[in-house]
Amino acid sequence: MIQVEHLTKRYGLLTAIKDVTFEVNKGEILGFLGPNGAGKTTTMRILSGFFPATEGKASVAGFDVFEEPLEAKRRVGYMPENPPLYTEMSVDAYLKFVATIKGIERGATTARLEGVKERLGLQGHGERLIKHLSKGYRQRVGLAQSLIHDPEVLILDEPTIGLDPRQINEFRELIRSLRGERTLILSTHILPEVSMTCDRVIIINGGQIVAIDTPQNLTSQMGRGERIKLEVAGSVEGLPSLLHEIPQVQNVLISEATNGHHPVTVEADGQAEIRHLVSQKVIQAGLELYQLRTEAVSLEDVFLKLTTEEATEEAVEEVAKGSEGEAE
Amino acid sequence: MRNYLAIVKKEMHTLFVSPIAYVVLAVFFAVSGYFFYIITSSIIQRVMEMGFRSQQFGSAPPPIDVPAVILGNYFSVISTILLFLVPMITMGVFAEEKKRGTIELLFTSPLTNLQLILGKFTGMMLFLLIMLLPTILKSFLLYLYSEPKPPLGPIYTGFLGALLLGGALLTIGLFISSLTENQIVAATLCFGVFIILWVVDAVAGAGTTVGNEALRYLSIMNHYEDFTKGVLDSRHVVFYVSMIFLGLFLTSVSLNSAKWRA
Repeated sequence: MIQVEHLTKRYGLLTAIKDVTFEVNKGEILGFLGPNGAGKTTTMRILSGFFPATEGKASVAGFDVFEEPLEAKRRVGYMPENPPLYTEMSVDAYLKFVATIKGIERGATTARLEGVKERLGLQGHGERLIKHLSKGYRQRVGLAQSLIHDPEVLILDEPTIGLDPRQINEFRELIRSLRGERTLILSTHILPEVSMTCDRVIIINGGQIVAIDTPQNLTSQMGRGERIKLEVAGSVEGLPSLLHEIPQVQNVLISEATNGHHPVTVEADGQAEIRHLVSQKVIQAGLELYQLRTEAVSLEDVFLKLTTEEATEEAVEEVAKGSEGEAE
Repeated sequence: MRNYLAIVKKEMHTLFVSPIAYVVLAVFFAVSGYFFYIITSSIIQRVMEMGFRSQQFGSAPPPIDVPAVILGNYFSVISTILLFLVPMITMGVFAEEKKRGTIELLFTSPLTNLQLILGKFTGMMLFLLIMLLPTILKSFLLYLYSEPKPPLGPIYTGFLGALLLGGALLTIGLFISSLTENQIVAATLCFGVFIILWVVDAVAGAGTTVGNEALRYLSIMNHYEDFTKGVLDSRHVVFYVSMIFLGLFLTSVSLNSAKWRA
């Protein structure tokens, strides 16, 4: 449904995205994950036809966004990070205007308008001026705008930004209700959102894709390591050496005691169950054990690992270059 | 076509919900009305004085076409007021869309540049028409109370001239507004350009070199004079229509290049 090949976008000297290639299948929900300035918005703007790419190709629903922009745009609903609202218009007037410029037949406009308003809980707000609506409702109008022409592809740039927790939940419900009928790309830096709603995730950093996979695969790949969290009381000096007797244990971190209890983190390679061995070692050290639990690696860890590793590598390269320069 | 009409309607809506439109209309009506009064009364007074004088000397009064003189002066005043008010109308056309991000909606909708630009231009021309309507009413008042009836020609050509001049100014403003996302910057640049186009005539002076001729040709007011005298010269119509096309074309280029640079 969406094909992106070797997409590069440069703003003057700055390269916003570099050689981005991916594909989204029909009915799939793709999460676009990355720190601020990673190139999420740039990629989405190219796909929505807002501006052309410097190099590479992108097509939506079989239409190249650059060669046949009008056909592609008819099939895409796009909600930018800031909903593009004419705040001095009423909700109805605004949505009618959008319906017209998106090419909906005159006869079908009212039906589409009512349908979208019902889906987004905007009934009864049609007469209100957009400038009098709360942030949450404005966001809904923004989403209504992207759905009004019943597009095959929906591109949402940080759709939950600025919403309160209840609204975020409602919003996720809504996204889930769109599953299957539409192909959806949504960008976010809120990680639970991705693991909850998306079929696949693209992690982008510094304008380049660093990972594409399902949330499950990403976490299990990264999650080979395991973390065991302990809470112990007593004198902890001997604990690390005892714990290191367990072959799977890679690292032991002991934090300052609060109320006499030390939080301890044990990092293991995750090859085998070691919780019982850990508890034995704690008792052996003469400590009181208050808590023992494993912590699954979350998408957050994957994200942080991938996006910071990149940064570190770059830093290393920079340093290498710097020293070369000095050598010359 | 529906897209184009939707943009026209939206543009009118945007203009008329903002206070700017009402301020511009009010200022225009007040200032042009005041000048109409001043011009009419001063010319009538002068004519009467001349009448008295000629009676004293026992000669016939010099023939003066009072309605034509009034209209000529009045339409020149209108053109000057337009120079000051058009930047107010055009400053937000694209600048506001950019600033508020609604340009993203327009650029990601299946609209062509032509529909977008012509739609916005038409919306503003309709606004200009509303602004100039009382002008034509005033001219007809003059016609009604004149004895003998003056020719209607100068009223029509004056009105057409004001529309053409206004249209040319609007497209220049449209183009300038597409260059920035700041309304004040757009308005200021627009003033600057208008003032240059206005005084370029004086700069050219009476010289007869090619350069002077060219400068005189560029003066946006120079071409307007004949309209106020009731002369419809195709050269002037061509000048304004080409200015309008140039402005629209430059706007289109500017929007496209903004997409590439953005």
